[in-house]
Amino acid sequence: MTAPTRRLAINRLRERRPLDAAAVEDFLARHPVPLVEGARCTFLYRDSTSSVDEVHVVHRVLGLPDRLPLRRLRGTDLWWAVLELPEGSRVEYQLEVRRGEHTERFNDPRNPHRSHSPVGSSSVVFATGYVDPEWAQHDPEARPGELVETTVPSRALRRDARVTLYLPARYRRTAAYPVLIVHDGGDYLQYAAAKTVLDNLIHRLEVAELVAAFLHPGDRLVEYADSTAHARFVTGELLPHLERRHPLTGQRGGRCLMGASFGAVAALSTAYRHRDTYGALLLQSGSFVFTDIGTEHGGGPAFDPVVRFTNRYRARPRAVADRVFVSCGVYEPLIVRNRSMVPVLSGTGMRVRYVESRDGHSWENWRDRLRDGLTWVFPGPQKLVYE
Amino acid sequence: MPITVLGPQRRPTVRPVGPGAVTVTAGWQERESDDAELDRALGGSTVNLRLYARWLAVLDADPELATAELDHRAVLDELQELYALQVEQAERAADAIRRSSTRPRTRAAALADAQSALQLLDARHLARVAQARADFAAAWRPAERDAVAWHRAEVAGQLAGAGTLVLTGGHVGVLLHVLQVFDVRAPETVLAWSAGAMALTERVVLFSAGQAETYAAGLGLLPGLVLLPHARRRLPLEDPVRLGALARRFAPARCLVLDDGVRVEVGPGGELPADARLIGPDGKLRPPAPADLAQIDAEGPLEAADQPRAADRPRSADQPRSAEGP
Repeated sequence: MTAPTRRLAINRLRERRPLDAAAVEDFLARHPVPLVEGARCTFLYRDSTSSVDEVHVVHRVLGLPDRLPLRRLRGTDLWWAVLELPEGSRVEYQLEVRRGEHTERFNDPRNPHRSHSPVGSSSVVFATGYVDPEWAQHDPEARPGELVETTVPSRALRRDARVTLYLPARYRRTAAYPVLIVHDGGDYLQYAAAKTVLDNLIHRLEVAELVAAFLHPGDRLVEYADSTAHARFVTGELLPHLERRHPLTGQRGGRCLMGASFGAVAALSTAYRHRDTYGALLLQSGSFVFTDIGTEHGGGPAFDPVVRFTNRYRARPRAVADRVFVSCGVYEPLIVRNRSMVPVLSGTGMRVRYVESRDGHSWENWRDRLRDGLTWVFPGPQKLVYE
Repeated sequence: MPITVLGPQRRPTVRPVGPGAVTVTAGWQERESDDAELDRALGGSTVNLRLYARWLAVLDADPELATAELDHRAVLDELQELYALQVEQAERAADAIRRSSTRPRTRAAALADAQSALQLLDARHLARVAQARADFAAAWRPAERDAVAWHRAEVAGQLAGAGTLVLTGGHVGVLLHVLQVFDVRAPETVLAWSAGAMALTERVVLFSAGQAETYAAGLGLLPGLVLLPHARRRLPLEDPVRLGALARRFAPARCLVLDDGVRVEVGPGGELPADARLIGPDGKLRPPAPADLAQIDAEGPLEAADQPRAADRPRSADQPRSAEGP
């Protein structure tokens, strides 16, 4: 005998009599918005003006219509829609309201949860089972590393490149640190809590003490799209600059390139151009768009060099590091591209670890996978410590 | 020499040890000097050898040695990484064989081969590490360098007349390294826990996430024992198949579980008390049996291939035990 399934709160409300403004008021006061019940999520929007013609939830979850229509609850000013939300999911969205000819898109005013990125903020809903990683929150026990701003003059890029260095707590000149070079470093620091994550994971011995170089791109759509100049900057200018000034291992095994989206393309293409230089790659939601035939890829002109590179790599893949970590959200349009890259990368003999999450193309997704990635590329001394 | 090994000290079971105790807290690294609580628990008036601070001072004073140590450490790390990679694959193969639907006799033969392969990897790794250490010691003669010699003399002075040597837990690699760099000789009695206890064994075995790795030769004061602190947290105790494989892999050495609250007084001949818990070849925890000791007497604590060559084995201050980094 199966247990009776509790009916959704919105359905109970629909049957309420009288179904008036007071009932809606009471309902909204008693429930968070959006309302997650098991594997279902009810989106809600209330607008007391009578001019609303349509309301949609706008999201970028692959496999669902881009715009999910809300229905008006008969006789009220409450709009609603129910969406399946599998366990562990994290979904960013906005509401779109049309009044006559005028359409407006904004964050859900009743949802306090926001996700931030360089292009703005979104509302975010967490499904049952999603866990906000505590290792990404400030831990007063973890000794903080230091962020140091520096500039690396670059002939390759024809500009002075700003780099934010992370030096671990207890940084010593007599040590030898691995180095992590992070594309879109400013965004990783601002939107993916990269410093906090490094502080915590190093403190917990899960990640090796390391020096990280957070890069700040100029025009990232150019520099990160398989650019020779960028690869020359990273390998021929930045790396020697860092190795001259800091106690780094200076060995291939102690160098990792990391990036998300176009940054992942830059990481792979830099390692591809300098194949004996890097020991590890950490690639998150790489924009590895390719074509199997023809030239139509749907990504626009910015993707043209990316597609040429990815096609070239897929045609003649080769090992460019010892270890590669790849992650991608299953709700991203890039999921198929990333899944397709895994056997290509593995087939070269590189050790590949691939992790998927029920998430989208977002900085919080990339933050949430940092533990998996960093412990894979630079594992800490945990196995040596027995307190 | 009476040796007492304890489980992890989250719930302290350490007792006062009498006057003249010398402590080594180098496994705590930068927290080495936070030893007030330890001093009180041991009865007060202990002397901390401060081996980690001495090591950092040596590196500062002798940049040439510091650079050489870093390179040597990188070599050892690479050896460990490549060995771990091989162990991972060999264990994966053993698991696949275990799960295969072949005839029991065929499967047993293949499993025996898989175990032999693992034992060979362990032995070769131990020998390679010993060789790397010996090469480093021969090339750089750390014991003869001023900075090391000065600290060695001071450590020897602090150890002279000490009644008990107390070794705490922490980073077993760092601990083993500084014990060897500063040639720490055990006095009459030794009390050690977690990483400190592991450093006393002949062969330090690391274990986490279900995988065990040989790390390096230890001080050899506890022959025929592999110590497994934090077993509940680190070992698959609910999986007798994997545990049994672990015990058989390191046999004839006995795998002794050291969990919170455990106190084991090891007899001069390696005898264990009846309440000690060993991992049996069937993967079940059991008390020591007389046959365990008889086996050690007959076969020696380790198979010959597991041991570094006699010429490579560190012996005294004149023949530096090592100068590998942690």
